[in-house]
Amino acid sequence: MNVNVQFREDGDLLLGYIEGEIDTYTAPILRDELEMIRITEGLLVELDLSNVNYMDSTGLGVFVAFYKKIVKENASLKLVNLSARLTRLFEITGLSELMEIGKGGATNARI
Amino acid sequence: MRAFDYIEIRVPAKPQYVSVIRLTVSGLASRVGFSYDEIEDMKIAVSEAVTNVVQHAYGSHEDGEIVIGVALYADKIEVMVSDYGHSFNFEEIKSQIGPYQEDESVELLREGGLGLYLMETLMDEVRVNNNEGGVTVFMTKYVTREQVKENVQSITR
Repeated sequence: MNVNVQFREDGDLLLGYIEGEIDTYTAPILRDELEMIRITEGLLVELDLSNVNYMDSTGLGVFVAFYKKIVKENASLKLVNLSARLTRLFEITGLSELMEIGKGGATNARI
Repeated sequence: MRAFDYIEIRVPAKPQYVSVIRLTVSGLASRVGFSYDEIEDMKIAVSEAVTNVVQHAYGSHEDGEIVIGVALYADKIEVMVSDYGHSFNFEEIKSQIGPYQEDESVELLREGGLGLYLMETLMDEVRVNNNEGGVTVFMTKYVTREQVKENVQSITR
């Protein structure tokens, strides 16, 4: 079991494609990957979670921490293509009210 | 004949075993006849309980163990997660849990502490006992009625 992150940069848009399971064992790997992003004002980070097949509160914690960093730098974050399970997790924890969650649009090219 | 089957698993309190427990409980829950969504809910709740032990109860000393007891009934599953490390104050923690609120300012957003909230939301009953320096979490989940009819034989026979 592992988590894998790949990025593709396109001007002010950074696409991240995350796959695997996010729990207390793999969350530090994801956190480190997200911490390597150089966040600049106006940057849009779009994280595709369609291949995240398990996540619990440790994963939510990583996304909350990253979201706080994004907001602080006047950048924006969008989580896209969540499974029904993941959407439910963001809904019952109230996070879907705070963070932008949706479908990947034109920017949804697979990496 | 006993009304339930009992399975006990003992693992080191290390993060790499949390997924092992989650998958084991998932396999056992499917024997009782839970639906896909119920099993996925249970995987999260059990992971939260085990993660809590791994992250907090043992602190620096490395040779701690977690005991997971699972009782399989015809219509429900009981999962017990126990440690022999430091206890935490359930009431105190409980008073600090809950979903994120829309009006919480971004800087103050909690990055942890959702674990107990998720356990209570995803299971039907959650109880925490503090005893002699250890903590035990008991969680129960019931199968919905139609599923019990279909699967009742798998446990009682």
